[in-house]
Amino acid sequence: MNAGDPILVADKLTIRHGQLTAVHDVSLSVAGGELFAVVGANGAGKSTLLRTLAGLHKPTAGTITLAGEDITRLSPDRRVRRGISLVPEGRRLFLSMTVEENLLVGGANGRPGSWTADRVFELFPWMRSRYKEQTAHLSGGEQQVVAIGRALVANPRVLLLDEISLGLAPVVVKRIYETLPALLGTDMAVLVVEQDVAQAMRVAGRFQCLLEGRTTLEGKPSDYTAEQVEAAYFGFGSAVESWSG
Amino acid sequence: MHYIHQIPAYVLLGLTRGSMYALIALGYTLVYGVLQLLNFAHSEVFMSGAFGSYIVVHAVVGDGKGTPSWAVPLVIVIGLLSGAVTGASVAWTLERVAYRTLRRRGAPKLAFLISAIGASFFLSQLAGKLFNRFRGNGFPKYFDQNRQVLRISTARVQVFEVVIILTAVIMMIFLDRLVAQTKLGRSIRAVAEDAPTAALMGIDIDRTISRTFVIGGALAGAAGFLFGTAFSFSNTVGFDQGTKAFAAAVLGGIGNIRGAMMGGLLLGLVEALVPPIPHIGIQWTDVVAFVVLVMVLIFRPTGLLGERLGRAA
Repeated sequence: MNAGDPILVADKLTIRHGQLTAVHDVSLSVAGGELFAVVGANGAGKSTLLRTLAGLHKPTAGTITLAGEDITRLSPDRRVRRGISLVPEGRRLFLSMTVEENLLVGGANGRPGSWTADRVFELFPWMRSRYKEQTAHLSGGEQQVVAIGRALVANPRVLLLDEISLGLAPVVVKRIYETLPALLGTDMAVLVVEQDVAQAMRVAGRFQCLLEGRTTLEGKPSDYTAEQVEAAYFGFGSAVESWSG
Repeated sequence: MHYIHQIPAYVLLGLTRGSMYALIALGYTLVYGVLQLLNFAHSEVFMSGAFGSYIVVHAVVGDGKGTPSWAVPLVIVIGLLSGAVTGASVAWTLERVAYRTLRRRGAPKLAFLISAIGASFFLSQLAGKLFNRFRGNGFPKYFDQNRQVLRISTARVQVFEVVIILTAVIMMIFLDRLVAQTKLGRSIRAVAEDAPTAALMGIDIDRTISRTFVIGGALAGAAGFLFGTAFSFSNTVGFDQGTKAFAAAVLGGIGNIRGAMMGGLLLGLVEALVPPIPHIGIQWTDVVAFVVLVMVLIFRPTGLLGERLGRAA
């Protein structure tokens, strides 16, 4: 497989929660080495989409393929072994465990590869000295970083990041986002879901905007003006911070 | 005073009983940890272990007469293993038949409870039909269980007490390390803390649950052998021991592994130490046990160590 070929492809996904259809007929494809952002307002269906890619929801229609293999019906743990890892919204660390144990759990059931605890420490040096600490004692930002590390050590082909900015100070969010390009070194694809459009647009190579479960805009951030994305995001004009400056 | 003079002997009795409660309580607590399910059929896993090891030990030593003393430790290990294997097999099957089928269909909690009670009756009655010709029999007398090995003050320590307490302590240390330090232990704790996230980290939840039942079943089955070594038993032995062990698990904090160990030993000690106090009487043993349980729960509703699987206390 060549770099640039799509690794993860979602084709015409429709996802229902009971009576409510959260995602209508959405398709996307992500290539290795690419940072792809799904943006949208609260309730646009982006977290549902991401959780479906990870296997927590079953779509009512459509297919998901990973490197050509249909994984639509696979359970989340089987997807991890094939190379999809989700950093869930709200971090969801095992708070009764130490940093070390969280990373061990993450690494134990993933794929073999170059991401080890040591490589995570190179990226986030503070973690080495707090390896034996219970994660409940870490700050929100530190927990978010451990949650990313826990997913990385599974050596995913596709890393899914769900609202990593949620509940964190802007300076912390900025620092976490600055490390994302470092993850793309090999052929890993990173798919972020983010309410903070400006933040996501600064780092993403391509993006897709969802509104009420439907795709309203897709392409490269540089292809569109802030006003165009605003309109796609809210369904009408409003103020979104510019990401180009 | 006579009572005070006898305290060391009562403590010994309490530790012996408490060790068995603790081994059974661990199964309740492990399963509760990963499934938030009260596995009422766990008492019958213990009972199965007693019968399974009885049959194997009987096959090995016959009526037990003339077993050379060098072979005794070997027979005890065979008994423990056969009890553990029986308990683990019954627990594994129980999970497959009575619980996993319900889980697949997203059944409400109440359905699991009814399934548990049904499975408990089924196993107990089945054992009654199959094995009750053994009724009233203890294990073959392949060694002198009551031989005194040492004396601590007024406590005459007998062989069976040494076997029970020693085995229980070894198994509990083994379990504690397994849960704290192995991949399986971390998987069990991860599922107990947050099952959906555990699945997102690649943990096969069904397999982890299955293995949790197997571990709890092995401990209870081995406890069945230990019980059989000391006392006679029948197909209804599970109810009495199981209820007490469940109480011990709640006393320590259900879902908490060290809590179950502590709760078991504490309940055994209370049962041994309180009723012989002058003017109480041993006919009050069960009453005393449950009064203590209720008192603890009034002041600490989540038990002594609280609900938390794994890194406890």
